[in-house]
Amino acid sequence: MPANTMSKAERDQSHARVFDLSQHTLRELNQALHKLTPGSNETAWEVLNPKGSHSVAVGVDQPVSIDVRGSVGYYCAGMNDGAAITVHGSAGPGVGENMMSGSIVIKGDASQYAGATGRGGLLVIEGNASSRCGISMKGIDIVVHGNIGHMSAFMAQSGNLVVLGDAGDALGDSIYEARLFVRGKVESLGADCIAKEMRPEHLELVQGLLDRAGVTGVKASEFKRYGSARKLYNFNIDNADAY
Amino acid sequence: MTYRNPPTTPRKSATFDDYTLSEIRRAAATGIYDIRGAGAKRKLPHFDDLLFLGASISRYPLEGYRERCDTSVVLGSRHARKPIELKIPITIAGMSFGSLSGPAKEALGRGATLSGTSTTTGDGGMTEEERGHSKTLVYQYLPSRYGMNPRDLRRADAIEVVVGQGAKPGGGGMLLGQKISDRVAEMRTLPKGIDQRSASRHPDWTGPDDLEIKILELREITDWEKPIYVKVGGARPYYDTALAVKAGADVVVVDGMQGGTAATQEVFIENVGQPTLACIRPAVQALQDLGMHRKVQLIVSGGIRNGADVAKALALGVDAVSIGTAALVALGDNDPRWEAEYNALGTTAGAYDDWHEGRDPAGITTQDPELMKRVDPIAAGRRLANYLKVMTLEAQTIARACGKNSLHNLEPEDLVALSIEAAAMAGVPLAGTNWIPGKNGF
Repeated sequence: MPANTMSKAERDQSHARVFDLSQHTLRELNQALHKLTPGSNETAWEVLNPKGSHSVAVGVDQPVSIDVRGSVGYYCAGMNDGAAITVHGSAGPGVGENMMSGSIVIKGDASQYAGATGRGGLLVIEGNASSRCGISMKGIDIVVHGNIGHMSAFMAQSGNLVVLGDAGDALGDSIYEARLFVRGKVESLGADCIAKEMRPEHLELVQGLLDRAGVTGVKASEFKRYGSARKLYNFNIDNADAY
Repeated sequence: MTYRNPPTTPRKSATFDDYTLSEIRRAAATGIYDIRGAGAKRKLPHFDDLLFLGASISRYPLEGYRERCDTSVVLGSRHARKPIELKIPITIAGMSFGSLSGPAKEALGRGATLSGTSTTTGDGGMTEEERGHSKTLVYQYLPSRYGMNPRDLRRADAIEVVVGQGAKPGGGGMLLGQKISDRVAEMRTLPKGIDQRSASRHPDWTGPDDLEIKILELREITDWEKPIYVKVGGARPYYDTALAVKAGADVVVVDGMQGGTAATQEVFIENVGQPTLACIRPAVQALQDLGMHRKVQLIVSGGIRNGADVAKALALGVDAVSIGTAALVALGDNDPRWEAEYNALGTTAGAYDDWHEGRDPAGITTQDPELMKRVDPIAAGRRLANYLKVMTLEAQTIARACGKNSLHNLEPEDLVALSIEAAAMAGVPLAGTNWIPGKNGF
């Protein structure tokens, strides 16, 4: 339930520290979050009126929960390291960029570069993600309930991208060791990205990610796996046409 | 006895010179473009084409060795809560761990710290060696984001958003498989032994408006403490500087085409970008037009070799310079003591630039555990500090001769140019004339 429709009693009951961005600055919010120390009692936070603000809850490094009531601009939850951040709205470009650990859930859609260069943790997008989802990902797990746009997982190095819907053009272009699982149609594959066999360990992996992302009624066996052909790992002039 | 007509002396083509011919043969044999390290090697208009006028009847000199000549500089005073204060206006440029060995990175940190200046990470993340041995460390934020993490971001003293570099404006990095040791691979989250093509574009922003938002994010993550630099290659210095300022940079770094790289295509190094000398005045002009000269600091790099280069850059309006290639030479790069080994690699001391191959006899541009033992970080750091001291003294000597009690009081009016090209680029008169090409309609 969005905070602005909660009664006062309901809000008090939640014990969350409420931070209203119409009353306080972004800098105050982020600095308050950065001042948290291990063992802090302020484990639940609620951010009201984000109204598309950029850099909401960036660089948080404590295992707190943060509920953002509304849509956010660029780089929400950037470099998150341990927090569980939920955006009850849509997210602008670069949500969860370079996440280290923790989780981010976007209840709406995400713009381009979602999860860019993420190193760990779980990013769940319950709507669709735009282009370049998981670009240069380095260990993050991303689950998208809807579709993803073109050039997703470009130069993806490590981690897992699970897409329940379709993928746009040039999926996994110049991919390294990241694993991509798409349930729907893939418009086209990028350079050095190929379809691969779903082995038992991949079914287990996908099922685990679906469970963690709260997806029900979908089986791991419905997904196809894509990854690197590893033909471009060491430069060979005979492969130049592939670029 | 038969008479022979006198032959002409064999004449080689200026166009198809020996190097060109060798490159055609190399390309034909391998089918791969030439990759090398370092910056542009071609002859370019440079600081050598400028001269200081010194003092005369209308200018009083300061007494050498006695009267004070300030060399300090503050970087990042525009927005950062903790600007950087350096004792000398010469910093160490970004060079990656991976490209350089651990001992070489440590030596750079030690030398810079002894000299009261900063050193910079590179396209491979922050190592304990350099953080531990660098009092002031600038952490690069690169397109590849190798090794990027919020903890290192917070323990850096400044953050440098790298948009490009002088050796290859518009090009990404390259680290070939032979240099990818276990440690390098781990820091970059990639398999050992594969070629690493660092991206040429940032993954999560494009254009100046996005950059402004990206800088906001970095400031928010670091609680507005750290100065934020924006580094560009010498492409469009006027507009790049103006846009970096608009995006919120505290410091703009402009790297000319003589600035080195770990590895890229020879054709890129020699044919893309502008010489350092050509970049300075447009960058300064952009700051002046925005009313931000000396408020946003300008660092220039690419081919800085001695105190005269430092003084000339500062006279043209720069706040500090940065050195890379020269710092490596001070550590021991291309030292003739390894001549036999350079010969075995098909080159000679002073010309060795196959840094990407990882077989550097001097132990600097390598990840070979045996070769890197040749770098004693303490002794090499001391050499770098000595060299920085000499450069500083040289620059002070010139400044005092021009009557300046601070290096930053040097001005374009202290300079003349030896060539029309340099006069036009630097915006100072051709020696012996009052002619500045391009000024006043001429």
